[in-house]
Amino acid sequence: MTEPQNPDQTAAPAGAARQTKAAGRSAALQAARPMIECRDVHKYYGDYHALRGIDLTIRAGEFFSLLGPSGCGKTTLLRVIAGFEDISSGVVLIDGKDMAHVPANKRPTNMVFQSYAIFPHLTVAQNVAFGLRRDPRKRAEKDEAVEEALAMVGLTGYGARAAHALSGGQRQRVALARALILKPEVLLLDEPLSALDRKMREQMQVELIKLQRQVGITFVLVTHDQEEALVMSDRIAVMFEGGIAQLDEPETLYARPKSRRVADFIGVMNFLSATIVEEQGETLRVDVEGLGEIDIPAAQIATKNETDSAPMIGFRPEAVNVFPEGQPQNAPRQSGGVIDEVVYYGDMTYYDVRLDEEDGTTSEPVRISMRNVFGRDIPDVGARVTVGWSPASMILFR
Amino acid sequence: MSATRFDAEARQGLTMVSPPLLYAVLMLAAPLLTILAYSFFRDGYLEIVREFTLENYRMVLADPVFHKVMLRSVVVAVLVTLATVLLAFPVAYFLSFMVRPERKAMWIFLITIPFWTSYLIRVFLWKVLLAENGVVNSVLMQLHIISDPIGNMLFNVQAMVITLAHAYAPFAILPIYVALEKIDRSLLEAGRDLGESRLMTFWRVTLPLAMPGVVAATLIVFIPTIGDYVTPELIGGGKVPLIANMVQANMLAIDNKPMGSALAVTAMLIVAVISLVFVFLNRNFLKVRT
Repeated sequence: MTEPQNPDQTAAPAGAARQTKAAGRSAALQAARPMIECRDVHKYYGDYHALRGIDLTIRAGEFFSLLGPSGCGKTTLLRVIAGFEDISSGVVLIDGKDMAHVPANKRPTNMVFQSYAIFPHLTVAQNVAFGLRRDPRKRAEKDEAVEEALAMVGLTGYGARAAHALSGGQRQRVALARALILKPEVLLLDEPLSALDRKMREQMQVELIKLQRQVGITFVLVTHDQEEALVMSDRIAVMFEGGIAQLDEPETLYARPKSRRVADFIGVMNFLSATIVEEQGETLRVDVEGLGEIDIPAAQIATKNETDSAPMIGFRPEAVNVFPEGQPQNAPRQSGGVIDEVVYYGDMTYYDVRLDEEDGTTSEPVRISMRNVFGRDIPDVGARVTVGWSPASMILFR
Repeated sequence: MSATRFDAEARQGLTMVSPPLLYAVLMLAAPLLTILAYSFFRDGYLEIVREFTLENYRMVLADPVFHKVMLRSVVVAVLVTLATVLLAFPVAYFLSFMVRPERKAMWIFLITIPFWTSYLIRVFLWKVLLAENGVVNSVLMQLHIISDPIGNMLFNVQAMVITLAHAYAPFAILPIYVALEKIDRSLLEAGRDLGESRLMTFWRVTLPLAMPGVVAATLIVFIPTIGDYVTPELIGGGKVPLIANMVQANMLAIDNKPMGSALAVTAMLIVAVISLVFVFLNRNFLKVRT
């Protein structure tokens, strides 16, 4: 686990569970060969345009997530890769081979279904061995492989159990073992954790990451849970309405969303309306309600934006600090405000703060999160506070 | 408090079930027990002598005619069941997998159309179709495919199998359809995903999961056909009597009610044993909870 630079600040909400990245993993992945390539993939269901020109490359060994709200086409895209859906136009390549006329049973992919799709008439071992029918190995070797696969997912000794007698978490492990025993090039996971309770889900997230590192297979995960995607993925494609809105590494996606929509979907982001004062080459000077004038360098300007919205400054709740008024702090910029609401979470507290405007009014409340430190008081609703922030953590959506 | 509430609920429940229960006891259990009692009585001339005897059963089991007719009944019922279930499965499969969901109700409705006419009339219609001067022969002769009518289409086992298979088709289609409907479609995708062709997925996933429906269909068709009386009488023309015809003859024509009862009870036991063996053989398929 990486410690945040400022001990007062929390990492990204999902950061707590994130595994230490192996050194050079991201560089190694960039050098890896493309495993799945989608070129201008369109899919129509009658008049409904489910996939609108998907272009993406998923590299061998990558843990890739398709993230988006329900109906955004992420599951359709996964099923296109698996071969369960034909495409209306475009090209899908897996390991360099065109998949146009390759049926699902001939593709080097295996899937963990959302419902797990465990065969209810078979035992756990028979489920895991289902895909081994045409494997030329001897019976005893296959049995051994099944035992290994069960051990890999922590189900040693469950082989003889009836599949319908398993819990949700166990079913999912069986589904994983059943897919991984076939050593596919790509493992497709369709919302595999959505049916599990929170504790189990967090445990499985970590186990899935470890498993993926261990087997080295390309994982493609479909999820609507941004936290899950941030925790597990090497890269994430955020999808809205059949198209990819942004494709980036989790850190980039969280810190530098390209649009308000992506920013809104991934975690919490505060928005304050801004007026562009002047352009100084690459840098823009903006006047922001409650914060005053800020110089925003090009790197912090979202390149893509929804058409009709006015310019906005966005920042994450943990990107700013809040202290009782008058208490010294070393933030580069400071603004005054009043606490509107306090929500206590144990390890941290969320404050809704109205920032003072020049004309004496206050802004809409912005959400600020602070890690709770022993001995530090939690300001009450109505208290005057100082908000400390840095222009470096502000993003301009224009 | 909770005890009184339970009592109230129990009383309400009992009130609700008692009329059908009473009806069932009167109409089902009472005649059955009467038959059972008769089978242990002795037949006197124009009366039934109420003294316990096993003589009827001894005679039934020793009777070569009973052996022959019982065997024929079992063979006919097995053939009818095979034909019905084998023909019903594709229909149920089509209904469950090919028909669009909003059209399914209409298709089920269409399948029940044969029930709109009475069983007796449907049996008679088969007679009209298959008779020597019937529809099939006339059409074939009109088309000059045959010059003389085919004479042996009626009054044999094949004709009975055709008639009964048609009559019981909906009884077989519906339970198989229900079993197929219950199959999670992602299981079939999983089968394909794990490398199996459509055919092998059907064999390894669909069929085993549809077996509870197939077993139900088999029993629903087998049990009533083995005791069918009308079809052998009309289509078989009395030339190939089944066990029900033998029971009827003993009960009415010969007027030996104890003998008829013993025949009926013996036939019932044989059917029960065959059915139980069948269910036992399929026990693994029936344990599955989806």
